[in-house]
Amino acid sequence: MLHILSERLRQGHRTGKFPKQEPTLPERFRGLPQITPNLNQQQRTDAVASCPFSALHDKSEKLQIDLGCCLFCADCPAVELGALEFSHDYRLAASSRDNLLLGDETYRLAEKLNKRMLKLFGRSLKLRQVSAGGCNACEADLNVLSTLVFDLGRFGIQFVASPRHADGIMVTGPVTENMRSALLDTYAAIPEPKLVIASGACAIGGGPFRGSSETNSGLGDLLPVDLYIPGCPPHPYTALDGLLRLLNRR
Amino acid sequence: MNRAKQISFHHGACVPLAELPCLDFSTFRESLLEEVAGDARVASFFGHPAADGINLYAVLAHDWQGDLALLHTKVKTSFPSLTPECPQLHLFERELAEQYGLRPEGHPWLKPVRFHQNWIDAADIWGRDPDRHPIPGDMDFYRVEGEEVHEVAVGPVHAGVIEPGHFRFQCHGEEVLSLEISLGFQHRGIEQMLVGGPHPASIYQLEAAAGDTSIGHTIAYSQVLESLAASEVSPRAYAVRAIALELERLANHVGDIGAMAGDVGFLPTSSFCGRLRGDYLNLMAELCGSRFGRGLVRPGGVQFDLHPELVKMLLQRLAVLEKETRGAIELCFDSPSVLARFEGIGILNIDDAEALGLVGVAARASGLLRDVRLHHPLGDGHKFSDPPVIETDGDVFARGNIRRREIYASHAMIRETLTSLPAGANCTPLGPLAPESLAVSLCEGWRGEVVHVGLTDAQGQLARYKIVDPSFHNWSGMALVLRGEQISDFPLCNKSFNLSYCGFDL
Repeated sequence: MLHILSERLRQGHRTGKFPKQEPTLPERFRGLPQITPNLNQQQRTDAVASCPFSALHDKSEKLQIDLGCCLFCADCPAVELGALEFSHDYRLAASSRDNLLLGDETYRLAEKLNKRMLKLFGRSLKLRQVSAGGCNACEADLNVLSTLVFDLGRFGIQFVASPRHADGIMVTGPVTENMRSALLDTYAAIPEPKLVIASGACAIGGGPFRGSSETNSGLGDLLPVDLYIPGCPPHPYTALDGLLRLLNRR
Repeated sequence: MNRAKQISFHHGACVPLAELPCLDFSTFRESLLEEVAGDARVASFFGHPAADGINLYAVLAHDWQGDLALLHTKVKTSFPSLTPECPQLHLFERELAEQYGLRPEGHPWLKPVRFHQNWIDAADIWGRDPDRHPIPGDMDFYRVEGEEVHEVAVGPVHAGVIEPGHFRFQCHGEEVLSLEISLGFQHRGIEQMLVGGPHPASIYQLEAAAGDTSIGHTIAYSQVLESLAASEVSPRAYAVRAIALELERLANHVGDIGAMAGDVGFLPTSSFCGRLRGDYLNLMAELCGSRFGRGLVRPGGVQFDLHPELVKMLLQRLAVLEKETRGAIELCFDSPSVLARFEGIGILNIDDAEALGLVGVAARASGLLRDVRLHHPLGDGHKFSDPPVIETDGDVFARGNIRRREIYASHAMIRETLTSLPAGANCTPLGPLAPESLAVSLCEGWRGEVVHVGLTDAQGQLARYKIVDPSFHNWSGMALVLRGEQISDFPLCNKSFNLSYCGFDL
């Protein structure tokens, strides 16, 4: 017993000060992309063609990046072409699919829930997580939120075992053909009103498996999504930031 | 002896297909069984369709000689199953049946593996509608009948934040008589997407083959391409890869010990290890910006270098983490109440482990010394300073203790590699791949041996790419240990293996 107590003292207090204090991220972390201004036609065409995941578009003579498809690749060919660069900003979650399309304007981060939903879920949000073809990286970094570093419980958010106890569903993975019906059944088992959160590039747009005949290339129109969390996988702070914005806690 | 009929080669070699003799099936069968009766084990076994049948390739590993052997034959629509005499082939043969409608006659357990449609235009073995996607989990489960016998079905959606899979327990009271596992829910079609490559997207798909083993799978993939392109990676790149592989092992092993402690209700270790696991992931992110090692390993080398300040910082942080990790882990292994729950639970004996072809942590916990870092090293990135880690009890404790000892060995390995980093380029561009050739690559991921085989066509593009994640072998071992255990010990046994669903499902 004394041994346990002395080890407890040695391990110290580890819960971060987020959201009061911004997290320190590694120097090589790749966050919110910034499009290089004033690219000419050729540069835009080259950049669009360079992305293997069709995350770049040429929209009314401006380059646009779809954060729902971007994998934040370390060897992004568009970065090599000088069309964009990754900033250090970990805040990426958005409320609608369209808001994930980023041009040269300011990125529209996730908005708070409406008044009724905030009243219901603002202080207690129980989520059922379903991995529908996820590679276990998204799942692992959601699990991390429950460790004492992030301590998700202090915000009233908790992952629960049964959809019957849940207020929403958090989906990871490109929605494989083999998980489609289990995902829809789980969603159906959650009482109304309920939230849908798409976490990671796979759940939003199929990620690296976009176009595979064995996957649905993400949630698409399968379920009405309330929060999109980009990344491959999203950093835990990206997910936490998104959840807190949804609950009007940031 | 049929040794003359096979091709023997070392890890990293590129074998021209023309040099590979196509044996008639009986010679193939005889050679394979003779090899396995000796000291060989099956690292990979797969098919590749040709105009006049299906080519079958078997990759055998001779661990103590440090070499590999290849056997090749061709069959039409069926072949006499080898599984009754060589159980470690059971899933490989089921795969062939599912992928190419190839019937292994006499297979004792012929059921689908991943529930997808045939890859070629062939009749479905199970008579399912060829125009509709198979229903996952739709198969004849093994059943025990009897008045007091009951069945427990779990999944695909489980209680935690984990991947999906379906488990069927046949129970008598609390006692499990049999467990059958049906997977395939995470099947994304990776092997099929790699055909015709390497495509620009391929490396990212491999990084997500099993997201907790990104480094293991990308190293294996890179080694296949490097072997096919006859390109040698610089010693520095080998060293950086080795460091990343050990960091991946540390994060996962530490997390696993925490999870095992959590399952027996020992919360101090569970909480400490949960935090420490994240700190190891953060070290990985210092290296390459991603906590899961995305973007680090590329064919030809690595994409990020370790500059001296980073080396210094990693060493400093590692020293702190090492002490805290030891404290957290020893606490659990010093507690009689924890040991009472770990010892004697979920035993897998060495004979079963060998028959099923287990690899990695689970194999070493049952007394089988199988470690690619020791037997089939490529480059000189891995320096084994300690004797290899092995346990013989095959229970939950043994699997936990393997991890505990490997954690300490990994600390030492990383420290040594960081302090003696060889000079050299990070990445050397790869030339074209040799046409009509085959290369095998092995990598000791944290769960065990990751095996990739690449086979090129006349244009030097990948015609077939075969992935064997350690979980492919080990799930069968996990099902076996539940026999005779209490069903309430399932979570603990499961955590002690901690196998990958997506690595199996691909």
